[in-house]
Amino acid sequence: MPFKRLNLVVVLLTGGVLVATALHHSAISAQKTSPHSPQEALRDRPVDSHAVKVGILQSLSGTMAISEVPLENAEMLAINQINASGGVNGAKIIPVEEDGASDPAIFAQKATKLIEQDKVVTVFGGWTSASRKAMLPVFQKYDNLLWYPVQFEGNECSPNVMYSGAQPNQQALPAFAWAKQRGFKRFYLIGSDYVYPRTANLILKKHIEHDGLTLSGEEYVPLGGSDFSSAIAKIAQSKPDIIINTLNGDSNVSFFKQLAAAGVTPDKLPIMSFSIAEPEVKAMGPSLLAGSYASWNYFQSLSSANNTAFIKAFQAKYGADASVDDPMVHGYVDVYEWKAAVEKAKSFDPEKVRAAAVKLSLTPSPLGRVKFADNQSMVQTGYIGRLQPDGQFTIIWHSTGTINPQPYDPLNFPGKTCNLQKHGSPLV
Amino acid sequence: MSEAAFLLGQVFNGLSVASLFVLAALGLALSFGLMRVINMAHGEMLMLGGYLAYLTLRAIPGPVGIIAAMPIAFVGAGIVGALLEWTVIRRLSARPLDTLLATWGISLILQQAARNLFGAVGVQVVAPAWLNHTISVTAGPLAGLNLPAVRIFIMLIACVVLGGIALILTKTRLGLYVRAVHQDRPIAAAMGIDTPRIDCLVFALGAGIAGIAGVALALLGPVTPTVGQSYIVPAFLVVILGGLGSLTGAAVASLVVGMITAVAQIFVNVSVAQVLLLLFVILFIQVRPQGIIAIRSRALED
Repeated sequence: MPFKRLNLVVVLLTGGVLVATALHHSAISAQKTSPHSPQEALRDRPVDSHAVKVGILQSLSGTMAISEVPLENAEMLAINQINASGGVNGAKIIPVEEDGASDPAIFAQKATKLIEQDKVVTVFGGWTSASRKAMLPVFQKYDNLLWYPVQFEGNECSPNVMYSGAQPNQQALPAFAWAKQRGFKRFYLIGSDYVYPRTANLILKKHIEHDGLTLSGEEYVPLGGSDFSSAIAKIAQSKPDIIINTLNGDSNVSFFKQLAAAGVTPDKLPIMSFSIAEPEVKAMGPSLLAGSYASWNYFQSLSSANNTAFIKAFQAKYGADASVDDPMVHGYVDVYEWKAAVEKAKSFDPEKVRAAAVKLSLTPSPLGRVKFADNQSMVQTGYIGRLQPDGQFTIIWHSTGTINPQPYDPLNFPGKTCNLQKHGSPLV
Repeated sequence: MSEAAFLLGQVFNGLSVASLFVLAALGLALSFGLMRVINMAHGEMLMLGGYLAYLTLRAIPGPVGIIAAMPIAFVGAGIVGALLEWTVIRRLSARPLDTLLATWGISLILQQAARNLFGAVGVQVVAPAWLNHTISVTAGPLAGLNLPAVRIFIMLIACVVLGGIALILTKTRLGLYVRAVHQDRPIAAAMGIDTPRIDCLVFALGAGIAGIAGVALALLGPVTPTVGQSYIVPAFLVVILGGLGSLTGAAVASLVVGMITAVAQIFVNVSVAQVLLLLFVILFIQVRPQGIIAIRSRALED
């Protein structure tokens, strides 16, 4: 039976490949920390009328921790500052921190735990769209309120979420408008293969087509992908004027490295990235990315008294060389917006708070002057920055005034609008 | 860029991907061929090579750093491989499933160790200036063809490593012993060959080659704690496709896998190309379960 044993071996090896694949994908969850975090002690602390509990739910472990830990720091900074200056409506804020562990299912679990057991009045958290989508039913079920600070693909609108991160018309479309203004006619879209790049590019493609410009190519690489040789060959062949890059994380390092090796530098072919901010630049090395563009609603280099004060306070607490970015500042501003809404509503009730939140007027913040629109997304300014060798962006363009958020792009979703009147109904 | 230049460019890219796969898979094929051990921690030897390249370049900046990194990564990963064989694998080698689980555990431990030592964010290895060139064809029918020096360099490494291994196996006494153990372990042992020592050496050699592969990877992307994970799956594919334990098979299979990936990507995007590759391998194994090169080894047959 010469091949019988061999077949067994083949089966074993194939099993090995499967396990390896699973391992690769579960590497994210492989390092979950124990749920018994030091914060657990807080849960048992008695809450009197002089204190109010809020949830902070970010990934403190797993792949997303690198982005979400600084975001949590920014949210905690706001809470500490507010507590130091007397709290909210005379009550001290008690933050209950939970670890989403870079796993959407855990985000949903922890959101339930925060609302049911800890009785938090609101939650600040989430990063990936997958984590938001997983938490959404929880917030709708308990009619609680989530403050979501990250730029996302739109196409969602729930009364139980305050979306402070950019809608597509506040990040992707301003970048497109800028590129058009610069005379770029041929666009190449490259992104990681998941919901955000796919949806953002769907919207961009409609606009490229609508404006009579050319889509020279479109490419998706699996998350974490590291070989771009073919993608770069296709880019070289299709001769775009600009690359719109929605790659995530480490893939960016491989992409920029291999572009440079192929002789394509940012001064020859402009690259506009949607997922690279100051901390990513610092981690990847500015020399690799210098000269490329980014579109955000905040850059660390924004000059305003509010921003300077924020950076100073953040660096005093988390290190003089700590860099800050768009989602962090949105997280920080969210806490202050919640405070203002509570004070306007004179109540911690999530329903009253969200009703009050959209009635606030434009307030100065590190982001510039912002407020929440009736659709519970943030009215804010769009900026384009060009990366300098020192790791900071020079702001080379900004939108004329603030941009009103549009969860549903009219070109892609004609006639679809936000309806937040009937609370609790799923309006996804 | 002309069609011909684009096609030729894709052939070049296929060779380049193949050279990475062959470096990643050779060690796996070696240890599997000799010991029938499925080493799930093989990817971490790649990672180790990458971090050793990073440390070497920090100690020796300048143009020769990357050359120095090769032997250092080879020896460093080789020592770790030998330790792994000596402490764990040899004690479990009679039970393949146990080695699979044990080496998986080791792989997790090594990843976490790298995370604690170097942080979850990757470190960067900057290619020296002499590797920063691109050979560009600017005129003629192949105008627009770009051949990055760094990829040519990696192909050269793959060729040198392949040649080196072939020489060791065919021309040296160690190679003779390895082939003897491969063909019939009990008889080789009866002839006085120290088979545990051969196992350890071969395992170390395989890990060392993975270390070199890690240096090559570091030139193209970031070195992260999970860098090995994205190459272990293609490496296993190459070993299965090539014929279990066959080195020639592994080399040929690397070429096949690299070319399929590159050619498929002319027509479809990267994600779909991976699906096509897996489909091809599954179908191929249905038709020819023994892989491209069937090795006649008594150890495999009984």
